[in-house]
Amino acid sequence: MLDKVTKQKLVVIGNGMAGIRTVEALLERAPDLYDITVFGSEPYGNYNRILLSPVLAGEKTVDDIMLNTVDWYEDNNITLRKGETINMIDRRTCEVVTEAGERVPYDRLLIATGSNPIMLPLPGKDLPGVIGFRDIYDVDRMIKASTDYRNAVVIGGGLLGLEAANGLMKRGMNVTVVHLLDTLMERQLDPVAGGLLRKSLEERGMVFKMPAQTQAILGEDRVTGVRFGDGTELAADLVVMAVGIRPNFELAKKAGLYCERGVVVSDTMQTYDGRIYAVGECVQHRRQTYGLVAPLFDQAKVCANHLAMKGFATYDGSVTSTKLKVTGIDLFSAGDFAPGPDKEEIVLQDANRGVYKRIILKDKKIVGAVLYGDTIDGPWYFQHLRDGTDVSHMRERLVFGAANLGDGGVSGQNSVAAMSDETEICGCNGVCKGAIVKAISEKKLFTLDDVRAHTKASSSCGSCTGLVEQVLAFTLGGDYSAAPKVKPLCKCTDHSHDDVRRVIVEQQLKTIPAVMRFMEWKTLNGCHSCRPALNYYLLATWPGEYRDDQQSRFINERVHANIQKDGTYSVVPRMWGGVTTPSELRAIADVAEKFNIPTVKVTGGQRIDLLGVKKEDLPAVWADLNDAGMVSGHAYAKGLRTVKTCVGSEWCRFGTQDSTGLGVKLEKFMWGSWTPAKVKLGVSGCPRNCAEATCKDVGVVCVDSGYEIHFAGAAGLHIKGTEFLTKVETEDETLEVIVALTQLYREEGWYLERMYKWCDRVGLEQIRKRVVDDVANRKALFGRFAHSQQFAQTDPWAERASRGVDRNEFAPLAELELA
Amino acid sequence: MTSWIEIGALDDIPRLGSRVVRTPGGNIAVFRTESDEVFALDDRCPHKGGPLSQGIVHNKRVTCPLHNFVIELASGQAVAPDEGCTHTHPAKVENGIVWLSVRQAAAVS
Repeated sequence: MLDKVTKQKLVVIGNGMAGIRTVEALLERAPDLYDITVFGSEPYGNYNRILLSPVLAGEKTVDDIMLNTVDWYEDNNITLRKGETINMIDRRTCEVVTEAGERVPYDRLLIATGSNPIMLPLPGKDLPGVIGFRDIYDVDRMIKASTDYRNAVVIGGGLLGLEAANGLMKRGMNVTVVHLLDTLMERQLDPVAGGLLRKSLEERGMVFKMPAQTQAILGEDRVTGVRFGDGTELAADLVVMAVGIRPNFELAKKAGLYCERGVVVSDTMQTYDGRIYAVGECVQHRRQTYGLVAPLFDQAKVCANHLAMKGFATYDGSVTSTKLKVTGIDLFSAGDFAPGPDKEEIVLQDANRGVYKRIILKDKKIVGAVLYGDTIDGPWYFQHLRDGTDVSHMRERLVFGAANLGDGGVSGQNSVAAMSDETEICGCNGVCKGAIVKAISEKKLFTLDDVRAHTKASSSCGSCTGLVEQVLAFTLGGDYSAAPKVKPLCKCTDHSHDDVRRVIVEQQLKTIPAVMRFMEWKTLNGCHSCRPALNYYLLATWPGEYRDDQQSRFINERVHANIQKDGTYSVVPRMWGGVTTPSELRAIADVAEKFNIPTVKVTGGQRIDLLGVKKEDLPAVWADLNDAGMVSGHAYAKGLRTVKTCVGSEWCRFGTQDSTGLGVKLEKFMWGSWTPAKVKLGVSGCPRNCAEATCKDVGVVCVDSGYEIHFAGAAGLHIKGTEFLTKVETEDETLEVIVALTQLYREEGWYLERMYKWCDRVGLEQIRKRVVDDVANRKALFGRFAHSQQFAQTDPWAERASRGVDRNEFAPLAELELA
Repeated sequence: MTSWIEIGALDDIPRLGSRVVRTPGGNIAVFRTESDEVFALDDRCPHKGGPLSQGIVHNKRVTCPLHNFVIELASGQAVAPDEGCTHTHPAKVENGIVWLSVRQAAAVS
């Protein structure tokens, strides 16, 4: 550990959310690198500025919104100099100068000075009783005024103004909101949604004067009223100016740093002086300034990474969403919703129910959304907006939300706000709403990952992710930090799945350590998330060359059986196309009796599962099954599982083709292949679809004139019917298309991403073009799959049962008889 | 006083892997890290009793195969925010041979 003398000095100007979030992220990455001093002009620790509105409205206390208490700074050896303002940055000597004239040296400097409320240059603006809405001090003054006075005027009908007005109204004041334009929150809302909002605020007693321009603030010793451009006047004992914020970059500008509307920073959050960083509301990045919290967190992460000298993650800007924090009003807006010639709109308006939804599309993608009255799908639209999902295939139902598309799992049934605390949110881990809310408030959680780590909610199957995000939004008042747009593969790296796959190919990386070294992994051996992913990517990229790393396999794939809750395993032999014979059944029965296997069960994939096998018995069980001609069913694999078939034209009076035979042919060709996630096939002999082919990863529906190929279905966490890919005339063509499709998925899918998710992400048309339309490409894909199968089609059971592979895996190292 | 028992060769445990030692008090999982350190823990996750020996080993930690609890090999502690602790047993390597000292009290199942 470096001692104080040799450590570099990091000085942070600004004790707000952006600055401290950066420090927190830095401590995670490099706890001992810097000697940190934080200057904050407010006399508090770091608090959650977003939640000032609920404090004003009396729904939360100041203590509720504290993020880092003074103890936190002490515990982390950070010198906090609260109530001290920096007057000057001396870049020549690398020092900052306090108000009192003290000079404090820095090696690196972080400017996080935030923003100031804009005070309109009106006559009377300096009268007592005229205030902005920015910090705890302002809130205290407003609360005080509400006990002493009656009439308040809020100038500004934007987010901040309405929240201030709502708070003052809740504190018993008569509130008039003055707005320059004729639409409330015009930056976030269109006129229709703005009108609905106005109506429901008016019903609560808020008064609006708009469009109206304030000309002067009246009064002598204290404010007494406001005069407007049309000459009318309004009595007021309190005037709150909430017309916007202005990045606070005076200090930076004085120091000669290049500034425009904020301190201009690069993608690594550095100013024009490389020793000086800036984050938060005071910066201008790629011509944008931000006043919401999610971008600040993204910036903090990138900045901390750079300060920690770990790689060079870059900040690419943020897409933001907004939710009004006025209890009882549901309003959500995201992205760009200004009308334009190249944009299309889908609008749903139900005045009686008070529901308005407007989704704006451009190039088949969502670019903006405004929701009023029913905002449950806000996070879902926002997710698609940030991911740039091609939504053309769900366009007709898009406006009805995730639940109507079967995309939301259990989400979308209910508004989380209406749920009781006992309502279960995460079915996998049994976490109810109350537990999540409690964890968020008590442990000051901000992100989905935080909630996952602390409560386990949404950490297993993930189908409740949308609900958990809603609970977060609801508890934090909406402005939580959404998951980053480009998801890192896991916490060990900032690189995405796509980056990793691309670099493996470009740099010809052929081992897990080589990938980790080249891509600057943050951990020594990765973790249980990234190692299996890397192992798959290498295996799929370098068939025959890459040596499968058993220690990077999840236990099921390492021992070729499925671990059960008691540590025993289950064994599923392959039954090609679901067809078996008396001798196979006899062998299974014999094995079950010989090894005292407690449960024998028929699976949904038309095979038989032997449950409760002891690990050390596995090789012997397999040997007996091998002797009867059976091989591993890969029921444990991220690979080809089953091909479910109906009896087809061989027996069925409706059958149009030999669906069983085709199923067997597909399974014989494709077994043993590893894929990003499990792959299940189905072949039905006629459109009655007894093999349920249209909810499989790949399904074939035989018709009299040929074979319809479908894919991207699911019947698990999500229920989703397949997409129609193409129709062909022969079995051979069917095989070629399906194999090529699977190969494309193998080459592009993210680890653990099911085929339907991949299709959602990449787009049906893209896939069809490369698998169906481009015949040369289809044949090349088929060829690569076939090549890889040479190395994959070895029965893993036979290797272990009779050829001694991994013998150590199945036997204890020692047996001790202790005295 | 610690009494050491020889349990096998280091090479019989895969790097970043684990083997089981059977005792009358229950299984003990012996782990080998990338740098050939060894650690021994009761083969039971503090969460739902999952066999830690079957988990993925990374650095000086193992992830339980049942529900992804991550356990520190040196202390047996679950990594925050998860809570819980698994008993550890002293283990060492000398000249390629692994030695284990079973803590009787800890091995009671």
